[in-house]
Amino acid sequence: MSLLELNDVRKTFGAIEALRGVTFSVEAGSAVALVGDNGAGKSTLMKTITGVHRPDGGEIRFDGDSIVGKDPGEIREAGIEMIYQDLALARMRDVASNIFLGRELTRSVLGIRLIDTSRMRNEAEAMIARLGARIPSVNQLTGQLSGGQQQSVAIARALTFNPKLVIMDEPTAALAVREVEHVLDLIRTLKRDGISVILISHRLTDVFSVCDRVVVLRQGEVIADDATRSTSMNAVVAHIVGAHSEQAS
Amino acid sequence: MTSASTPAASASWRARFAGGGALRLESLIVLAVLCVAMTLLSNVFLSISNILNILLSTSVFGVLAIGMTFVISSAGIDLSVGSILALSGVVGAMLTSNLDLPWWIGLLGCLAMGALTGALNGFLITRGAIPPFIVTLGMLGVARGFALVLSNGVSIYGLPPETVWLGQGRPFGVPTPVIILLLTALVAHVLLAHTRFGVYAQVIGDNEVAARAMGVRVERMKVLIYTLSGLLSGLAGLLFAARINSGEPTAGLNYELTAITATILGGTNLFGGRGSVAGTLIGALIMGVLQNGLNLMAVRPFYQQIAIGAVLILAVWLDRINSREGWRR
Repeated sequence: MSLLELNDVRKTFGAIEALRGVTFSVEAGSAVALVGDNGAGKSTLMKTITGVHRPDGGEIRFDGDSIVGKDPGEIREAGIEMIYQDLALARMRDVASNIFLGRELTRSVLGIRLIDTSRMRNEAEAMIARLGARIPSVNQLTGQLSGGQQQSVAIARALTFNPKLVIMDEPTAALAVREVEHVLDLIRTLKRDGISVILISHRLTDVFSVCDRVVVLRQGEVIADDATRSTSMNAVVAHIVGAHSEQAS
Repeated sequence: MTSASTPAASASWRARFAGGGALRLESLIVLAVLCVAMTLLSNVFLSISNILNILLSTSVFGVLAIGMTFVISSAGIDLSVGSILALSGVVGAMLTSNLDLPWWIGLLGCLAMGALTGALNGFLITRGAIPPFIVTLGMLGVARGFALVLSNGVSIYGLPPETVWLGQGRPFGVPTPVIILLLTALVAHVLLAHTRFGVYAQVIGDNEVAARAMGVRVERMKVLIYTLSGLLSGLAGLLFAARINSGEPTAGLNYELTAITATILGGTNLFGGRGSVAGTLIGALIMGVLQNGLNLMAVRPFYQQIAIGAVLILAVWLDRINSREGWRR
């Protein structure tokens, strides 16, 4: 049994068929790349997994249980974290509040559950230190951090609650070369710890250096699903731009 | 100003000063300057009775502004607060005066009317996907209309003494509405700054998509936020009716203007994301002092409308200038 199994997942927005029966699976401790041209349905597919969109049809099972119809909070609770391309940060709040966003630590005062800011700050600091990220202070407003630092916050948030699957949407698109290597190392570490990764990326070098499999999405359908060992960048590029299907027709 | 640590140091100092909220030092300075100016212009301004007078007149729209702080923090707006105030006051007065029900049923009915109307706002905004501006603008008309229909357009006099005490009583020499305002502010401060409810309200205003993705139940939160604003409008309606011993269908006219202005003056970001109840209280006091000062100087009430409106535009303009610096979006 795979950790994540998608079977014939469909989603339409009005007249647009964004997902036309997507089927693939992710094994525990493996990294799967999801590639495809802009508009192929990658982000829609991921948002359907994380509960932001509800599929119109098909089945999504995680750890054996169906997660269709659960809300984003319940799906995070089940062990799926996503690092969004825009990072999904509250930029007027500090680093610690962002790391604990949606899962604030509370303490009870006279029966009222108050947010435990000091405990959140301590734990956020520990998480940032474990990741080796350079963030001046967890009390700093997230909007005042650099792009790379903001991404560290989003990554720290995804990893703080012991996820089983981490989805990363273009995590290296806006990064400098050294920071890219950092993210790729992180993916390798996650795999070693038995955590699965779905990597959405346009950078095929990244995909081939860390991923075990590559799934190509084109116009809302999976048109290739190969082990990275048994395929090549040229073949993947051909799938992305649709060269194969044109030859067939 | 020369060292790089200065902005960070001042930011943390400000954060400590505001208790993690968005209270701005500027608001306090404006209030202080206004008070000094009024003291110089009028020799009665600084008397105890006048200060209590200011606090008393601040209490009604202060309560409205506290609810508005949650709404605006979430990047919403509630234009219906003044009308809900009138509708609640009329309903509360009718329960006791027309139906001869006990005072506490009138009180609960008044609060419930406010909360229900606010909840209706929230449902229309979330289920109907109608912008808050339109829903609450519509409700401004609807609630006022119902207040006039129910009361036949006339005041409903004669509230039970217990209710009147809430508006006119003076325990320890302090008007009851002032005590209720301060208690409300205290509870609201804890709610906004120290609970998930308040933090989520601000996060929705900061980045609604992120809030949803991180598991915040945005729709439910919005219904609760507008319900809270409605509930506090009902409370303001209670205080208003109790103070004048009458349910008044024309009560709270244009109070949304005063409440929004007080909230923005207090440092709550008009475009959502951060809010401060303490700031709102100071903003409300600025409005109270301004109105009182204009009264003391015998300025005609018509000019007060002009002053309040101008202050709102000025406050937002300053806020825009302020928010151009500092935020990386």
